[in-house]
Amino acid sequence: MPAYAVRRLWQFFPTLLGVVLLVFALFNWVGGDPAYLLAGKISNPEQIENIRRQLGVDQPYAVQLWIFVKQIAGADFGASWATNEKVSEIIATRLGPSLTVLVPLLVISTILAMAAAMLVTYLRGSLTDRAIMIGCTVGQSVSILVYIIVAQYVLAYQFGWFPVQGWGNNLAENLLRYSALPVIVGVIVSLAPDIRLYRSFFLEEINQDYVRTARSKGLSETRVMWVHVLRNAAIPIVTNVMIQLPGMLVGAFLIERFFSIPGIGREVILAVERSDFPVLKAVTIYVAIVTMIVNLAADLLYKAIDPRVELE
Amino acid sequence: MSTNALALPAGGHAGSRGLWVLAWLRFCRDRVGLVSLAVVVIYFAIVAASRIGWIAGDWSKEVGVSYAPPSVMGPDAAPAAAAAPDATAGPVADDTGVVDPLAEELAEIRNGLAGLSDSEPRAATLAFGGDKWGRDVLQKAIKGTETSLLVGLAAALLAAFLGTLFGAQAGYHGGWVDDLFNWFYSVFTSIPYLLLILAIAAVLNQKGTATVILILGLTGWTGIFRLVRAEYMKHKVREYVRAADVIGASDARRMFVHILPNVSHVVLVQISLHVVLFIKSEVVLSFLGFGVGVDTVSWGSMLNEAQNELILGKWWQLAAATAAMAVLVTAFSLLTDALRDALDPRIK
Repeated sequence: MPAYAVRRLWQFFPTLLGVVLLVFALFNWVGGDPAYLLAGKISNPEQIENIRRQLGVDQPYAVQLWIFVKQIAGADFGASWATNEKVSEIIATRLGPSLTVLVPLLVISTILAMAAAMLVTYLRGSLTDRAIMIGCTVGQSVSILVYIIVAQYVLAYQFGWFPVQGWGNNLAENLLRYSALPVIVGVIVSLAPDIRLYRSFFLEEINQDYVRTARSKGLSETRVMWVHVLRNAAIPIVTNVMIQLPGMLVGAFLIERFFSIPGIGREVILAVERSDFPVLKAVTIYVAIVTMIVNLAADLLYKAIDPRVELE
Repeated sequence: MSTNALALPAGGHAGSRGLWVLAWLRFCRDRVGLVSLAVVVIYFAIVAASRIGWIAGDWSKEVGVSYAPPSVMGPDAAPAAAAAPDATAGPVADDTGVVDPLAEELAEIRNGLAGLSDSEPRAATLAFGGDKWGRDVLQKAIKGTETSLLVGLAAALLAAFLGTLFGAQAGYHGGWVDDLFNWFYSVFTSIPYLLLILAIAAVLNQKGTATVILILGLTGWTGIFRLVRAEYMKHKVREYVRAADVIGASDARRMFVHILPNVSHVVLVQISLHVVLFIKSEVVLSFLGFGVGVDTVSWGSMLNEAQNELILGKWWQLAAATAAMAVLVTAFSLLTDALRDALDPRIK
C-alpha cells in the first residue's frame, strides 16, 4: 500500500501540470488581454498597466506561464482586480462560512439518505419502495433554484421561522441561526439523488453470498440489514461523500448566493460577474489540488476498510 | 422496471432479430417507458412547432395587463384600477397646478411603443397569467422549453461526439494514446464540473445559445469517454474485430464501422442522461445571467424574473417554468431508465 500511495503521488504532477496548463490556456490565451476586460471596470489606466505588467502580457507565453507557475508555487495570486483585496486573504476568510454550511449539510443528508435507502432496500419491490423511488425521480426533476426560491419565500419571508438571509460574527449564531434554512434546503435537494444512489449500493450488497449465508444461519432480517449489509454498503457511501466534498465547496454557490453567505461559492459567482480572474484562477487551482488529494485519500481509505479491493 | 426476463413472442420471423428490434420489443413491454416516450415526443413536437413559428411566435407581444393573473383567479382588482387613469391620459394638470407640456408627446410615444396591443384592449386575465410586461406566461414557457431542450440536446450530442471519439481512440489503440487521453480525462475531472463551467463562462464573457452549448459540450464529455473507452477495450479483442482485421479493414473502419454499432446503445443511453444534466445546468447558468442572451427566453431567465415576482405574490411564472421543466425532466429520466433496461438487459 505505501508503494501504491507513492505511485499515486507521483501521478499528481502530470495531472497538476495539466490543470495548470488548462487554467493558463483559459485565462491567458482565451481570456486575452485584461486591458479590454477591465477598461470599463477600472478607471485608473495606471492600475490596468500595473496588472498587465504583473501578468507579463507583453512577454511571450512561456514567460507568462513561468510567472503563473511561480504564483502557484508561492501561493500568491496577487490582488483581486475588483476589490484589490489579496486573493489569499479572500480564500482564507471565505472558507469558514462555506464549511459552516457544508459540514452539517453533508452529515445530515448522508445520515438521512442512508436511513431512507436502507428502508427502501428492506421494502424492495413494495409499493412504498416504488412510491419513494418515483418521488425521488420527480423531486430531482425540479430545479434546485425552485427549492431555494420557494423555501426562502415560504419559510423565511412568510412564516418568519428563519432569517431571510444574512451572516453573523460568531460561529454559534451562524451555525444555529443563519445556516439552518440553507442546510435544510441543501438536505432536501441532495436527498433524492443520494437515496437513489445509496439504494443501488445496498441492493448490490443484498444479493451477495454472505447475506444468504447470514440468512441461512437463521439471523433475523433486521440483524442482516443493520450489521452485515450496512457495514459493507457504508464503504462506497463514505468514499462517495468524500469525493463529493471539493465539488460541493463550489457547488453550494446557489445556496450561498441566495442566503448571502460569504463563502467560496458566492465569491466565485462574484468573480465571474466582475471578470475577476485572479480569484477564479486561485480557486480553480486550489480546488483541483484538494480534489486530487481527497480522491487519493478515498482510494486509500477504501483499501484500508475493504482489503479485497485491488489497487492497480 | 424489470423487463429483463423477456419471453419473446413466438413470431413467424425467420432468422434472428437484431439488437434494436429486440430492444424495441422489450421497450414496448415497459408501460412507464412508453408513457415517458410519448411525453418526450410531445415536447419535441411543441418545440418543432414553436421553432417553425406555428405557436408562441408572438410571445413577446404584450397581450395582457401587467401581472395579469391566471383566468381561474379572476381579474386583479388593484392594478386594473391603477391602469385606468393611464388610459385616459390627456393634458391633465397635476397637483402642482402646472400643465405637463410633454404629456401629449409622451402619450403618443407610449401608444407607439405599445404598438398593436393598444388598438386591441389588453386582457385583464390570461390563461396562465402574464408577466411584468403583460406577456403570456404560457407562450414564454413554450419558448423557454424550445431554448432549454435545444441547448440540452445539442450539448449532449456534442459531448457524446467528443466522448465517443476520444473513448474510441483511447480504448482501441491503448498504449500512449490511452495514456494521453487518460491524462486529459484526469485533468478535466480534477476540476469540479460547475467550477469549470463558470471559469469558461467568465473567460468567454459573452452570452448566447451557441456559447452555452459549447461550454456544456466541451466540459461534459468525460463520463461518456470513460464508458466508451471501457467498451472499446472489451470489443477490440473480440473475434468479429479480429476477423475484420484479417480481411484487411483499416483501424478507422474497425473502430467506427464494426465496433461503434455494437457500443452505440451505451452512447444512446448516455445522450439521454446528459440531456437532463445539461438542461439543468443551462437553467442555472441562464438564471445567473451567464447563459442565453437577454432576447431569448429560457426557464432559467423565467425563474430569475419569478424570484422577484414571488415577493409581490405573483406565483404563476414560477409555476409555469417549474411545471414545464419538471414534466420534461421526469419524462426524460424515466425514458433513460427504460432505454437502459431495454438496451442493456443485464443491468438490473
